[in-house]
Amino acid sequence: MKNLLILGAGTAGTMMANHLVSKLPKSEWQITIVDQHKTHYYQPGFLFLPFDIYTEDQVKKDGKKYIPKGVNYIQQGIELIRPENNAVDLANGEELQYDILIIATGSNIAPEEVEGMNGPKWQENIFDFYTYDGAVALRNKLREWEGGRLVVHVTEMPIKCPVAPLEFAFLADTYFKKKGMRDKVDITYVTPLGGAFTTPRASKAFDHLLEEKNIKEVTDFNIERVDYENNKIIDYAEVEVPYDLLVTVPTNMGNAVIERSGMGDDLNFVPTHKATLQSKEHENIFAIGDATNVPTSKAGSVAHFEAEILTDNIVRYVKGEALKEEFDGHANCFVETGNGKALLIDFNYEHQPVEGTFPLPGIGPMKLLRESRANHWGKMAFKWVYWNMLLKAVPIPFVSATMNEKGKKLEEVS
Amino acid sequence: MKKAIANKEIDVNEEGYLLDFSQWNKEVGESLAEENGISMTDKHWEVIAYLQEKHHKEEALSIRGIKKSGVINIKEFYALFPGGPLKKSTLIAGIPKPKSCI
Repeated sequence: MKNLLILGAGTAGTMMANHLVSKLPKSEWQITIVDQHKTHYYQPGFLFLPFDIYTEDQVKKDGKKYIPKGVNYIQQGIELIRPENNAVDLANGEELQYDILIIATGSNIAPEEVEGMNGPKWQENIFDFYTYDGAVALRNKLREWEGGRLVVHVTEMPIKCPVAPLEFAFLADTYFKKKGMRDKVDITYVTPLGGAFTTPRASKAFDHLLEEKNIKEVTDFNIERVDYENNKIIDYAEVEVPYDLLVTVPTNMGNAVIERSGMGDDLNFVPTHKATLQSKEHENIFAIGDATNVPTSKAGSVAHFEAEILTDNIVRYVKGEALKEEFDGHANCFVETGNGKALLIDFNYEHQPVEGTFPLPGIGPMKLLRESRANHWGKMAFKWVYWNMLLKAVPIPFVSATMNEKGKKLEEVS
Repeated sequence: MKKAIANKEIDVNEEGYLLDFSQWNKEVGESLAEENGISMTDKHWEVIAYLQEKHHKEEALSIRGIKKSGVINIKEFYALFPGGPLKKSTLIAGIPKPKSCI
């Protein structure tokens, strides 16, 4: 019997278990998946928790429910990966041997990377919303907050879901308007990038939206430290931005087990071949989702597209065939823009987000890079799609793993 | 588009970044620095050489990377290339503006 081991039962790992269970012959392969957590979180929902749009129950479920029958599920921490022995040590001392390893250990926030961020004011007037705890704590704060300077801040790239902080700023505008206190809140968006987003076309659309919603923008801000005593963030060029409430996206880093195992880059992301998803160091190790260093967004949609291609490649690898170099960096993200509207972006390694229609060329119903209510309902429906189709690896109609270039006004990434 | 830099016809993109590193030399770098109000010193060139080396090894450039470069710390980097040090230094180095990922 051969062993295929998946580390991490988040979005990417769970999808891989569901894809592979029907692809690898059961008489020859045992699939095992390991995760330290019992709960599977719907991470896109963390954006909505602080604004009381979603409740706690809507964003978490028992992870085991989503692991298919026939896959061995171990709820346990991961201590070390030992590629030279094809083995993984678990926190309880158990050793697992593998023939093929899939790393899907994701990324986490690392607020300790910036001086003063994770200090005495953490979750007092400095919050994150990238963790369940952080999003709930922020919700409780917002419920009673009486207004002042709200600073929405991105520490450094890359981050999971790079549009989320923008969406947070847009939703905050709507939230305070609804509470009748928008005039008491001054919102500033602070980013290390030169504009609101990583690519110029989308950046322009977002800059416009920020202005329309009276959200100030501070760009090219590389934070040096948080002066939590005087409530301001300071960058290397000595620029200071004062806040009363700081909502930050801390540095995102790969799981500590990657660092312990000496398998990551500066940020603990696994060097991964960007078209095949094979590890650059070990031919029987593959990586998927936020855990990789491939130069595209860290997003559930990316993990979803990657999963289809990685599944094919695992099957090829098992048969001794050449891997297909097919992953194109495809990402597809709904962007909540407040007031019940959203816009949608679709892009890959080569093409920056463009205008057009999705998923059907020329028809839609959703419009790319333009605000609409249909896009918002797409985003809301996505929670159902996530739990019922995406995790279970049920194909989503009309949405292909590689980007469809039809019906789009394409522009190359410069 | 074409641009005359240090008496040479150089291919640049709309933001002024060189499209072909083989067209770069020290005079080109010097001239681009001047346009950005920077007068180059040995320390500047040391940083430029480091950036070019990283770029040729296809390693991503970031502020975090500068911290670990051993060549310069971030404060000094800001002092040498004021107002967007990574953007200005890569422009002078004749390499693409860092994408800082997507």
